[in-house]
Amino acid sequence: MKINKRLVVSLISIALGILVGVLILAISGKDVVALFNGLLKGSIGYDIVNGGINLRYFGEFLVSAMPIILTGLAVGFAYRCGMFNIGCEGQVIMGSLASCMVAILVPMPNIVAPIVCILAGGFAGAMWAFVPGILKAKFNISEVVTGIMLNYTALYGANYFLKALPGSTTQRTVEIAANATLGNDFFKAMTNNSRLHFGFIVVIIAVFAYWFIMEKTTFGYSLRATGFNKNAAEYAGIKVNKNIVISIMISGFLAGLAGAIILQGTFGYGRMMVAPENYGFDGIAVALVGGCNAIGTLFAGLLFALLKVTQPLLQTSGIPREIGDIISSSIVFFVAIQYVIEKALLKYKSYKGGKS
Amino acid sequence: MNYAIEMLNVSKHFPGIKANDDITIQVEKGSVHALLGENGAGKSTLMSVLFGLYQPTSGTIKVNGSTVAISSPNVANKLGIGMVHQHFKLVDCFTVTENIILGNEPKTKFGSIDIKNTSLKIKELSQKYGLDVDPYSKIQDISVGMQQRVEILKMLYKNADILIFDEPTAVLTPQEIIELLKIMENLTNEGKTIILITHKLKEIKAIADKCTVIRRGKVIDTVDVKDTSEKQMAELMVGREVDFKVDKQEQECGDSVLVVNNLQVKNKRGTYAVKDISFDVKAGEILGIAGIDGNGQSELIFALTGLQQASKGSMELKHVDITKFNTKKRYESGLGHVPEDRHKHGLVLDFKLKENFIVHDFKTNQFSKHGILKFKEIDDYANKLIEQFDVRSGNGLESNTRSMSGGNQQKAIIAREIDRSPDLLIVVQPTRGLDVGAIEYIHARIVAERNNGKAVLLVSFELDEILSLSDRIAVMFDGTITGIVDAKDTDELKLGQMMAGKKLEEVC
Repeated sequence: MKINKRLVVSLISIALGILVGVLILAISGKDVVALFNGLLKGSIGYDIVNGGINLRYFGEFLVSAMPIILTGLAVGFAYRCGMFNIGCEGQVIMGSLASCMVAILVPMPNIVAPIVCILAGGFAGAMWAFVPGILKAKFNISEVVTGIMLNYTALYGANYFLKALPGSTTQRTVEIAANATLGNDFFKAMTNNSRLHFGFIVVIIAVFAYWFIMEKTTFGYSLRATGFNKNAAEYAGIKVNKNIVISIMISGFLAGLAGAIILQGTFGYGRMMVAPENYGFDGIAVALVGGCNAIGTLFAGLLFALLKVTQPLLQTSGIPREIGDIISSSIVFFVAIQYVIEKALLKYKSYKGGKS
Repeated sequence: MNYAIEMLNVSKHFPGIKANDDITIQVEKGSVHALLGENGAGKSTLMSVLFGLYQPTSGTIKVNGSTVAISSPNVANKLGIGMVHQHFKLVDCFTVTENIILGNEPKTKFGSIDIKNTSLKIKELSQKYGLDVDPYSKIQDISVGMQQRVEILKMLYKNADILIFDEPTAVLTPQEIIELLKIMENLTNEGKTIILITHKLKEIKAIADKCTVIRRGKVIDTVDVKDTSEKQMAELMVGREVDFKVDKQEQECGDSVLVVNNLQVKNKRGTYAVKDISFDVKAGEILGIAGIDGNGQSELIFALTGLQQASKGSMELKHVDITKFNTKKRYESGLGHVPEDRHKHGLVLDFKLKENFIVHDFKTNQFSKHGILKFKEIDDYANKLIEQFDVRSGNGLESNTRSMSGGNQQKAIIAREIDRSPDLLIVVQPTRGLDVGAIEYIHARIVAERNNGKAVLLVSFELDEILSLSDRIAVMFDGTITGIVDAKDTDELKLGQMMAGKKLEEVC
């Protein structure tokens, strides 16, 4: 009942967001059809205008969806326990760093290498999240403030360590060991040379684990109790502070996984960054639109990735790429004012009820 | 007939609810007119309409015979309608005068605030109605009863002729209640009109002339108070026969279950809220803790349940020292706790009802295995409690707890705590804000626990509740116990003196 309502609100928000985009295009005299063509091409690679299908777009769409689904789950996990993990960004970076270092420095046998590197990324993210978690639990310091500060620490700290790796230039590290990458020739062949990689297995496991932990386990139960009502959890004898630390660490673990699959799958080498790439912040929007539940976050992640990969396509058909940002931020806006939408729904229902 | 207020066929509809449905009340000038009804009956909505906070869906309001549109509280004030809210709106560090003139400060000819003349005026007003308020004392230094009088003075200062009192006695000691009733009498003698919102029949009987009973948004009847008994009014209110008496037999108490020695607890500001308290609760008895809200009861209970650490002293539960135990361990040692604030502590409102039943025990083998919840057992258990304790909700065990009525929420907590059959059951304010039916039921359940030989510690700010349930009564004042008495050897007045700080020996 409640989830249905949330779903309806999210769907309405998405529709309204796209409507805003369409209106802006129409008012500024651009081609509205091109927007939908772009979205279709960006998702499954089908081009209505010119005809023909190019699965490369589909592959790249999934590639960009994977990390933000994971960061969406990360933000959602912490949020369900009453924490706002804005430090996701930094945890992604630390995940990338750890996975990169392990992949370059530690030679490993074939099957083991990718798994160990991914886990290294996860653990690095978890440890990075431990800092705001423990500060919140012990001293009640806002995880938002520490999280934001640690984002910058991670960004510049990671660059330092990446540069120190053997063979690094000022822009990038060497390629990681070939057996640690997630790339796959079969996928490449299937999707016309896209970067599609095995990371989706990590995402599927994460979505399932998220759902299972939250809905089926005592641990998830105590996390949700803490998130909904800290006082009642304390009253019931639940160790609130322990939950706070563990939940943000799991959140960090998920963000770290995102970092690891970006590195091992999408690029295959470490990159020095001048600015954050916003995987963490996209995760906040994804979690919000996805209602912090596993399936919702999965679909919200796909949607936001779609809007992202469509941007360059739009530009080639003469539509400013920013329309993608306008649509995604409008969606977030409409979800954020969900109470207005709920109220409108209620009014509509009572209006309809009164008539019949 | 000369009416001060007439609300004719007033309806107020919210989406899905008719909060007020064709209500008509006529309040005679110079009278005390009581509005009686259970929680959620629509009294407050009706008064909010009169005070301009809501606009009626339909109906007419007349003040002194002429039809008016009350679009905001400011308009209500101009029409001479004043409201004494349940929660006072006063600035603690300001004096009485400063509070009264706040927002409309009179100036001297030099432009400074004219405290001196206003204070004189307030003093006169205060004397005229027997309020006995010193205009120069600060709010933080005066008692709650005095603060209420400041609220009344505020209305009088604004020349209000019609005063609405919203549950005015909830925060007062018995003595203060008597004084307030006297003040109301003075007010009506001077020609003021009073509308009294309450669910306390005794007060209606003592002061009101007419009483309008509201049930589920509709007027059931308007009666002459002097011709109607309390029982009749209660039955009008709930719509069926009620039994005020709690059925409770004398019984022998057993061994001490809880022993508290020299307990000291600090409050959030770091001062002592509980100062050196010792008492015990025996098996098969209800020990009531009486006292005005804010005299250390909450801190005492937090310390007993482990939500807060005691700074000194010890607690023994069944001869085991639990002072150092955490909350969970205390529950496992045989403690049950129906908390004072059911929304803050008692329930996770966004949980389903069934999830709220297992907050203590979700990790036990009964409800989980290897960290995975056993949903079938949880559902069965929830159904059992719902049936046994008659917890009603829209969607059974799947109901969203937030959507349930207060009474059923409280029943759910009572069910959860009692079903664990704790040796010591701590119940704090178990019936606050509940309707008569739920109160009867919860009282019966508490007494049943006592009859089963369990120890019950009851904290309540309602003296009637304390008197009708307890075997022994401890009175708390300013963090100390001013006396422990047998319930049958005492009465409201004696307890009232102790609640105001007199020691048991000094009470006459």
